[in-house]
Amino acid sequence: MIRRPAVLFLALFLTIGGLGACRRKVQPDPTPLPATTVDGVAQRRADSITAATAARRRADSLAALGSSAGDAQRAQRELTQSLTQRIYFDYDRDQLRDDARAALDAKAVVLIANPAVSLTITGHTDERGTAEYNLALGQKRAAQAKRYLETKGVVGARLNTQSLGDSQPASTGTDEGSYQQNRRAEFEVQHGGALMPPRP
Amino acid sequence: MHSSIVRALVALLFIAVPLIAQETPRGVRIGLTYDAGTKPGVVVLPGRGVGSDSVRAILQRDLDLGDRVNVIVLDGRALADAGVAASPSWPVLARLGAAAAVQVTPTAAGLHLAVYDIAKQTTALVRDYPTPMMSDARAWRAQVHGLADDLEEAITGTRGISRTRVLFERAKRIWVVDSDGEQMMPVTEVSTPLSPAWHPNGTMIAFSTYVPAQIILHDLTTGRSRALVGGNGVYISPVFTPDGASVVYAHGTDDGTDIYTAAIAGGGGRQLSVGRGSDNVSPTFSPDGRRIAFTSGRAGHPEIYTMDADGTNVDLLTPLEFGENAHRASPDWSPDGRSIAFQSQIGPTFQVMTISLRDRSLKQLTSDGRNEYPSWAPDGRHLVFVSDRSGVKQLWVLDVETGRTRQLTRGAAVRLPAWSPRLSN
Repeated sequence: MIRRPAVLFLALFLTIGGLGACRRKVQPDPTPLPATTVDGVAQRRADSITAATAARRRADSLAALGSSAGDAQRAQRELTQSLTQRIYFDYDRDQLRDDARAALDAKAVVLIANPAVSLTITGHTDERGTAEYNLALGQKRAAQAKRYLETKGVVGARLNTQSLGDSQPASTGTDEGSYQQNRRAEFEVQHGGALMPPRP
Repeated sequence: MHSSIVRALVALLFIAVPLIAQETPRGVRIGLTYDAGTKPGVVVLPGRGVGSDSVRAILQRDLDLGDRVNVIVLDGRALADAGVAASPSWPVLARLGAAAAVQVTPTAAGLHLAVYDIAKQTTALVRDYPTPMMSDARAWRAQVHGLADDLEEAITGTRGISRTRVLFERAKRIWVVDSDGEQMMPVTEVSTPLSPAWHPNGTMIAFSTYVPAQIILHDLTTGRSRALVGGNGVYISPVFTPDGASVVYAHGTDDGTDIYTAAIAGGGGRQLSVGRGSDNVSPTFSPDGRRIAFTSGRAGHPEIYTMDADGTNVDLLTPLEFGENAHRASPDWSPDGRSIAFQSQIGPTFQVMTISLRDRSLKQLTSDGRNEYPSWAPDGRHLVFVSDRSGVKQLWVLDVETGRTRQLTRGAAVRLPAWSPRLSN
């Protein structure tokens, strides 16, 4: 049994920790899946399913966290990571891949549990194509993510979209691996305090 | 008796020609004699007075970069033989292959130009130019460039492009450089600018920013800027209508990116294209203002389309083939209206191409490195484009008739060039 001062301390800790975490921009991300190639389609699909399964498990496990101070900290980290986890796209495409849908599913449950939180979704592209076309493509990628979250019950007014095109690459290389890192949407938490875990 | 009459007539002609030439209106060709199909040889003779060497150097370079005349550069001995004290040495200049000789002499009032027709052994053109003070280097060079353009027009019948400039983006600023690569300087201080475009009168430019998303108008005379349109989404690739009254641009929302138009006088944007969720960007006008070419991803990947200026009668221009998804983008309609330059994906890279609007025949203009963002010079013969052939993305100029290329910029990477109309300032 936890005594009252300890409970108050834990609540304050979670609030401060949560506020700090909410303003943090980007957490380390899992390595993006390789781009679609004729030879890599099967492997990519398998990897995508694995990633989707892992993301769903993580979303489910979030609800079970919070029984101790350490767990609470970890929960905040996980919740924030879930909201800010990048999603990735195939070359010249704005359609959501399976791994992107799984990541967005995890965001949706957190957003629904935290109605005061809003996200800014920023679309990015690799350097191929023109600067103008890439800005338009980045906007479509952000819009696709927003649209998917809306279908999961998140109010669209909480989701702002913008595009930076190819202007802020995550990787400056000119190989396919670097290009894949750059074809992404990023998510920034704009408002809200401590994140509440979704209900089991 | 007879020969003395002839001599008198010739003398009268020599006196009269300069007087007549001084009244020659701008744009009249002097009609040199040279072999058809070859470039006329031109010698720029030394002038006399302060600054004459600088003027001569600029003229020689401008005429050379114009690609329409063959500039014959003389060494010291040849110059002495060519002689300019009283009159040109016609036989020497003729042996050098010159169809014309040019001499510019700085005077108290400005610059004095004389053009000599070598075959006819006459002074074909005389003109005086008032020039700004030497201390205003940019204006002074612009005046000399204008003189070079007059010369090229008089000799070849086609006005030169020396007095033009090129806008481009470098390190998140808009820059401008003279067409000969000199006088490079930043134009704006705003952040994240893209896609600069010239007003038809050359006194104003438009460009986009993406943070915040807006279209900016910038007056080059006053240095003042103002937002024309802006807000959520993206506002990109502005271009002025040929009458200069409006800006056509691309505006992207969560429902796709389409072509819009907004009057400079105000009133907001009006949608032209109906892309139904696709991306439609980079509009460029036909010279008569009736059609717009643009990049659209409506078929799944970017191709070049054309439409009427009101957004109707959309037509695929570039050759979309089933199963092929090469990108074709960045169209720029040629000043003569006959073709459109664009960049086409070939293998892993891009090359600059033109497509004829008469028979849709394609011509690949580049092959060395990655080449993109073509923009026509007002003579319809030269293109400026971005190439990484030197290791860093720089501006290069191509003479599409001869294939001659030259590097225009050096230093940090650049992109999105826009060649000006002929300028008067």
